[in-house]
Amino acid sequence: MPSALRHLLLCLMLAWPLLTAADGAMADDLAALVESLGSNDFAAKAQAIDAIAATGDERAERVLAAMMAGDLQARRDDGRMVVAERKGQVFVLRDPLSGAEIGEAKRGELRQATINNRLRAQLRGALGALTLLSPDADKRATAANAVFTTRDGELLPVIDKALARESEGRVRARLERAQAATRLVTAEDPAIRAAAAETLAGFPDQDVRSLLTGRLQAEPDATARAAVEEALGKVETKIALWGVLANVFQGLSLGSVLLLAAVGLAITFGVMGVINMAHGEMVMLGAYATFVVQSLILTYAPWLLDVSVLIAIPAAFLVAGAVGILIEQTIIRHLYGRPLETLLATWGLSLILQQAVRSLFGPSNREVISPPWMSGAIEISGGLALTYNRIAIIVFSLAVFAVLTVLIRYSSFGLRIRAVTQNRRMAGSMGIRTQRMDAMTFGLGSGIAGMAGVALSQIDNVSPNLGQGYIIDSFMVVVFGGVGNLMGTLVGAFSLGLVNKFLEPYAGAVLGKIIVLVAIILFIQKRPQGIFAPKGRAAET
Amino acid sequence: MAPSAPRQSLTASLPAAITLFAIAAIGVAVPVLNLMVGPESALHVPTYMVSLIGKYLCYALLALSVDLIWGYCGILSLGHGAFFALGGYAMGMHLMRQIGERGVYGNPDLPDFMVFLNWKELPWYWHGFDSFAFAVLMVMAVPGALAFLFGWFAFRSRVTGVYLSIISQAMTFALMLAFFRNDMGFGGNNGLTDFKDILGFNLQADGTRAALFIASAVALLLGYLLCRFIVTSRLGKVLIAVRDAESRTRFLGYRVEYYKLFVFVVSAVMAGIAGALYVPQVGIINPSEFAPANSIEIVIWVAVGGRGTLHGAILGAFLVNYAKSYLTGAVPELWLFALGALFVAVTLFLPKGVVGAASAAIRRWRGGTDPGLGTGLGTGSDMRLGGGKAREAAAE
Repeated sequence: MPSALRHLLLCLMLAWPLLTAADGAMADDLAALVESLGSNDFAAKAQAIDAIAATGDERAERVLAAMMAGDLQARRDDGRMVVAERKGQVFVLRDPLSGAEIGEAKRGELRQATINNRLRAQLRGALGALTLLSPDADKRATAANAVFTTRDGELLPVIDKALARESEGRVRARLERAQAATRLVTAEDPAIRAAAAETLAGFPDQDVRSLLTGRLQAEPDATARAAVEEALGKVETKIALWGVLANVFQGLSLGSVLLLAAVGLAITFGVMGVINMAHGEMVMLGAYATFVVQSLILTYAPWLLDVSVLIAIPAAFLVAGAVGILIEQTIIRHLYGRPLETLLATWGLSLILQQAVRSLFGPSNREVISPPWMSGAIEISGGLALTYNRIAIIVFSLAVFAVLTVLIRYSSFGLRIRAVTQNRRMAGSMGIRTQRMDAMTFGLGSGIAGMAGVALSQIDNVSPNLGQGYIIDSFMVVVFGGVGNLMGTLVGAFSLGLVNKFLEPYAGAVLGKIIVLVAIILFIQKRPQGIFAPKGRAAET
Repeated sequence: MAPSAPRQSLTASLPAAITLFAIAAIGVAVPVLNLMVGPESALHVPTYMVSLIGKYLCYALLALSVDLIWGYCGILSLGHGAFFALGGYAMGMHLMRQIGERGVYGNPDLPDFMVFLNWKELPWYWHGFDSFAFAVLMVMAVPGALAFLFGWFAFRSRVTGVYLSIISQAMTFALMLAFFRNDMGFGGNNGLTDFKDILGFNLQADGTRAALFIASAVALLLGYLLCRFIVTSRLGKVLIAVRDAESRTRFLGYRVEYYKLFVFVVSAVMAGIAGALYVPQVGIINPSEFAPANSIEIVIWVAVGGRGTLHGAILGAFLVNYAKSYLTGAVPELWLFALGALFVAVTLFLPKGVVGAASAAIRRWRGGTDPGLGTGLGTGSDMRLGGGKAREAAAE
């Protein structure tokens, strides 16, 4: 069905010049108008540009584009307007309307149809209006937006034409918005202006808001002014509403990043009670693993580039997990039951890891390419855009969280982890190799941190300091949510993300973060167990 | 096993005597060798060396303040750099006011950065800093007040162990973010710098530097005596009891939170004084002093020297910072490896620090019967946070 539609459109498109050309008088007009572009009077040129654009003729675009580029020239001997194209020493001349070659000329024989900044702006709008008739829907939409910004009353006929032909709803909306904006500013009849304001109320975005705000002062007619005021009120309400939704999305996005960074910590700190200050460096290692995977793919298997991020996920898990197990075996194992010493030793480790990465990869940021399927955004009205990479990270973090919860709760591995953390001796008596479980659990937590690094490489700079920015936040999330409680980590991460983003517009990014930190410090002091306090026997350990 | 018997006898004060003598000797010798001995002499101490050692003295005082709470009361603060920096800022504000019309913009009422930011008048919290006495008061009052507030909330709700460490780290992190903001009125990113003079003496002059050096040495000496006085008093005994078995101390009828609060505030004030002495000697204070990494580095000075000994903290501050000055100059990329390795190695192999290891060696040499040169600490297990609790659990 869509292809049939496209065919119909194409036919129309092809027929259009014929239809207009059939109108002989119009063609003559066009030729005359083109000639007046050579005038020395800028006002006359401006009039001519508008008139040419208003014809909606397909050839008009060529003329105006040539003028914009400075290629439209007048032949000195007969004053005929030509499009001159440099070819070596001479200029090849073409007829501006037909495009047919009509001879050559030297530089001195031509006089440029000069333009100034005002004309340039006008040309841009006019060209925009003409592109309204382009076969490419995206171009039409962009053109409609260009017309909206110039709001040139002379272009109204073109908009009408375009509206009459437009079949795609998205572009239609853009066109209606441009039409209403133009009418609001240029229409003589106050009733039309009022109606335009009413139409604009349906397009709640910043540009419409500033247009209406400006118009409120300039509007001479009382009823129209009332209409503008009402429309402005509606637009502002809707913008505020979309703003809230945008905040929710950004909050969820930040929350998902926090969740990813903190969920590994919820295992090592929350479940095992090991405070790992090098957790952020596990995230950093994951991000560098992504970079290495990408570089390898670029060299050896470029056709896999689109899925390099997906390949990096298990790779990062394995790298960070292996480093985690190594750390557990060599250092943390000797420090169980001494949390403060663990804290210091792992901090030292984080310094070593950072410096090691800095020595290996250099101190500057490494670029990780986002795959094409992760770039772009879903545009929702009111300037709200949901970018695909943020959506991917939200989905990814929830998926990781779900898999981890299932693993801990239902697998035999998870059962053994819980057994060891709840009662080490008893678990040992039951034949669980507790030391091995410690290493595996720590590896699991570190591996998840590595996967977080893959996600962060898509939105953050991959640098040796990557992990440091997240370590304090991650601890806050885990402690806030309640230690030893995965669900608490989920709730903690998303509530911190949302609170942060809702504070930002009022307090600014930095102050918002400070407020959140202070609030958590106070919260922990009031309720040291976090929002989800452990109950029953677990509470006593 | 209960903590070892009290041993604040003569033998224990031998290290104290050595420490006091060493500080006094440095405090006298360095300025004398700088000012009285000509540059041609082999014994001459160049001025940059005076500033460098002066810096170490301030760090030593800071390490002392951390040792007081960590070594004797079991409070591991990862935010002590904040108190140091606040003291430094208070002094820095006074020095900024002393610049007067000599700034780049020559504005008699406003510091340069405020002129640059187009501020019209001095914010209220800058008033009073023209007076040296007021600044000195603030150097102690601001860190003290913050420590009191923080401790009041934390200790009353029994936030202990790693939780306290993490929230103290969050505190200094929040302060760092705040001080980075230009509209806080503390010079933002650049902090406070370009100081001219203190109490009318040019900060660049050798004499002033020597005087600041002596002031630092005296402060360290007094700080050491104060800490020594606290830990050898009955109060100090309670602090050690809190460190080793907090719940048991509480059950015995002591208001643990008040003891902790007291020692925490004292420690914060000491850190503030250290910061105030540090700023005129290095000539700048900026928000990076609040960085969590700085605070955690202080802890490693104490750990290297040997916590719970006081003199160990001083020794550790000198050792680690000398190594830092040397390595960051000679092989910069090695420093972080070395520092990281230090953290790991000390916690794994040297839990009582250099001083602990040395006294253990001396004990062995003497035949292992005399605990006299001990570190004022119990066995290793007492150092563990969980140790006391585990014993309590076993006792119940």
